[in-house]
Amino acid sequence: MSADVTSTPHPADGPADAAVRAMPDLDTVDRAGRTPDDAQPFAELGLKDDEYARIREILGRRPTTAELAMYSVMWSEHCSYKSSKVHLRRFGDLPKSDALLVGMGENAGVVDVGEGYAVTFKVESHNHPSYVEPYQGAATGVGGIVRDILTMGARPIAVMDSLRFGAADAPDTARVLPGVVAGVGGYGNCLGLPNIGGELLFDETYAGNPLVNALCVGVLRHEELQLAKAEGAGNKVVLFGARTGGDGIGGVSVLASETFDAEGPAKRPAVQVGDPFTEKLLIEACLEIFAAGLVTGIQDLGGAGISCATSELAAAGSGGMAIDLDAVPLRDSTLTPAEILMSESQERMCAIVEPGKVEEFLAVCRKWDVLATVIGEVTDGDRLTIDWHGERIVDVPPRTVALEGPRYERPMSRPADLDALQADAPPSSSTDLRADWLAVVSSPDGADKSWVTEQYDRYVRGNTVLAQPEDAGVLRIDESSNLGIALALDGNARFARLDPYTGAQLNLAEAYRNVAVSGAEPLAVTNCLNFGSPENPEVMWQFAEAVRGLADGCRELGLPVTGGNVSLYNQTGDVAINPTPVIGVLGVHADVTRRVPTGWRAAGESVLLLGETRPEFGGSAWAAVVHGHLGGLPPRLDLAAERALGELLAALSADGLVSSAHDLADGGLAQALTESALRYGTGARLSVTGDPTAALFGESVARVVVTTADPAAVRAAAEAAGVPVTELGTTGGDALVLDGLLELPLDELRAAWTATLPALFGSPEVAVGTVPAGTVPTS
Amino acid sequence: MRIGVITFPGSLDDVDAARAVRLAGAEPVSLWHGDHDLKDVDAVVLPGGFSYGDYLRAGAIAARSPLMADVVAAAHGGLPVLGICNGFQVLCEAGLLPGALTRNSHLHFRNRDQGLRVERADTAWTTSFEQGQQIVVPVKNGEGRYVAADADLDRLEGEGRVVVRYVGGNPNGSSRDIAGVTSADGRVVGLMPHPEHAVEALTGPSTDGLGFFTSVLTAMVAA
Repeated sequence: MSADVTSTPHPADGPADAAVRAMPDLDTVDRAGRTPDDAQPFAELGLKDDEYARIREILGRRPTTAELAMYSVMWSEHCSYKSSKVHLRRFGDLPKSDALLVGMGENAGVVDVGEGYAVTFKVESHNHPSYVEPYQGAATGVGGIVRDILTMGARPIAVMDSLRFGAADAPDTARVLPGVVAGVGGYGNCLGLPNIGGELLFDETYAGNPLVNALCVGVLRHEELQLAKAEGAGNKVVLFGARTGGDGIGGVSVLASETFDAEGPAKRPAVQVGDPFTEKLLIEACLEIFAAGLVTGIQDLGGAGISCATSELAAAGSGGMAIDLDAVPLRDSTLTPAEILMSESQERMCAIVEPGKVEEFLAVCRKWDVLATVIGEVTDGDRLTIDWHGERIVDVPPRTVALEGPRYERPMSRPADLDALQADAPPSSSTDLRADWLAVVSSPDGADKSWVTEQYDRYVRGNTVLAQPEDAGVLRIDESSNLGIALALDGNARFARLDPYTGAQLNLAEAYRNVAVSGAEPLAVTNCLNFGSPENPEVMWQFAEAVRGLADGCRELGLPVTGGNVSLYNQTGDVAINPTPVIGVLGVHADVTRRVPTGWRAAGESVLLLGETRPEFGGSAWAAVVHGHLGGLPPRLDLAAERALGELLAALSADGLVSSAHDLADGGLAQALTESALRYGTGARLSVTGDPTAALFGESVARVVVTTADPAAVRAAAEAAGVPVTELGTTGGDALVLDGLLELPLDELRAAWTATLPALFGSPEVAVGTVPAGTVPTS
Repeated sequence: MRIGVITFPGSLDDVDAARAVRLAGAEPVSLWHGDHDLKDVDAVVLPGGFSYGDYLRAGAIAARSPLMADVVAAAHGGLPVLGICNGFQVLCEAGLLPGALTRNSHLHFRNRDQGLRVERADTAWTTSFEQGQQIVVPVKNGEGRYVAADADLDRLEGEGRVVVRYVGGNPNGSSRDIAGVTSADGRVVGLMPHPEHAVEALTGPSTDGLGFFTSVLTAMVAA
């Protein structure tokens, strides 16, 4: 049954060696039927009493050790969404979108972007592993989301990362951050995927709970779509990619100690170890396999490994599945069957292949040095069976494992401190605008992120039109038509802390605006919802409110939610992270040559502010940085204004009327002007009206700064669209001058803005062989 | 004109190199590391990436692939060969170019738009430039620090075999700011920076990189 093919020798032992190990205590289905009263460590595996009782009821007997392992991982919060599912239904209730080819429930949503192309994108968390082992945790987070995208039949074309850490100067941040950044870069760079943007933010609530959210986007032709289901009795189940090892058996050291004697390798790392080289080969092999039409279904192996892939494939199909676990190629021949089923070893995929196509499938894998093994077949029945050493150790209805896990309506309560928090109005007047400006833009959140982004390849594949530090990443999809896409990720947690319903919508609005700023038309939404413990009613309330807000916001903007990810239990002791709904928006560019960058290149252009400014400081960067204050209400949400602004920006881009556009968000106008001016070293002389603190540091939304050589035309277009427009001044010179308020030479501003992260995390400047510094020309 | 672009397991910038060849006006031809077939190409590009995951040493395993034996033989016969980043590492490992590329002195992968000075405008890959011309091309590497024994560096400098040098800051600690070197006959060139990422105004910091690919067309006509 096994067809082990590889053209390069692998050092690890083959599966045959595992068979040599005698397994007198093997817990078989037979034995489970005969020993109904054997005590099982279900509680240590995270299952509740009633969940365990339900498994016994489903099976009509106690589960075997292997079955218990499968149910425990598949019914975990991570895999079953048991606390969040009742809320996530709201996304499914949104009106149908014509653009959505595949919605929630598959590995990733798929969106029609025109010209026969489809785009699939998703963001996923790898928070806990990245705290335990920053490099591998972050690296395998990238690897996992890339396989989700690949599984849809798409070529992965870019990644993004949204990162949160504890206080920037905390010793543990210095341990975690460099490893996370190196891991995101190390994996993505080696896969040949450009990193086109993301976020890096700091807050004390993330100490001990860093957030590592990785997004991947892929492109395919409509007809190339692949689905994760096992159909057709007699079709083969092929496991391909890396061998299965003992890594990533999360939280099951208890099980290991139950099932291994003292001589066995009892404790294994819960964090997976990544091999991006193998994943690169896996990508190329898969794409060749898809192009040749060699699979009827495919699933990647991520959380819960073989348990997840086999049960999900079988549950989505119409029949059953029979697996011979002895055929699984192992890195470690001492693994127990339960461990093999739960292992989260990376870089593995599972395909359903018609018998007549197996040889061709294996030949493609051989070409790419990818190990591929037939481990079972699709059956007529409705059971998923798994055999080990000729004994049946799993015999379950696959839907009960993959789809019919527990669901909870957990208790919710509005946080007791929220009224006081919202009543605690923020300061509203600056005593030193210049000092505050420098403080905001040099704060870890506001400072230049080159220390991070220089560790990421932004150029590979040659289609990156805009990347960080731009507001959105923009990619060309078709070289002849210049069709392209834009992507932005945003997740302001201060706003969500003050009001999770509005905060989630403000994050949606910001990502929407960032995509619109580039000139793209927003099309679809993904999300990664990072919260504390769902067993805390106040956290559950925050979660439910954020989901409700996001769903309502998407309805108003007419955007579908294509999928997402929930990460709960981000808390240490009683301290939960600030609720962090990270929202991703995908937009389409009919012509990427019309993209609008954020930086000012030319002198003598008019600087215009689109949108309305109010004195809004609740949750602002200025209140946090200058006053250490978080309180009051977040800025007023106005999705109608966002929509009008977005349509105006698309029109201005299409007509070539603006030379730059920059979204106003954290840090308000001060932050945006700083970034636009420093991008290419072009200053400006500007004046603002009204209260200067509100003008410079307020965070009213639905605002964008644009530059143009034709201010009259922009003003006319804005007025026609009902978007307020204010002329601020003119670009030019080597300083930012705010008439009557302050003057900031760009050199001073640049020094403040760029010094922060290198000072915190080490300057990678080179001493050896350096020539006297000149200026790198920017042509 | 047909220019081959080799794909090794883990090559990443092969599609970019092929695009650059096409934009320069030549026909890109895909070459597979496991074949012994140069497909009668007029020149060869070894692209960037992480062949074999940089395992053992960057470029060391790819340098021993079947096709590299043909590349080495053809290079000794005067075939123009350009190695970019990982391709440069492969050429050093294959013995076609002197020196070695080691871990960046600051230990980080670094991607930035880099100033370069063209020191030799008469190799097969640099005739489109003028000697001393300054250009901007992206650099992106984790193991891009060019090293060689001092005596070898003196000899390379003496023989004029430094093709491009970093200006405006050295991104990886390379000895004497060396960004690229050439063989004694000027036909084989290795570069750490990525000219294939600077061939279109839409996607690159400049279009300066195109010059490397147009140069070889001239060189082939001359030959």
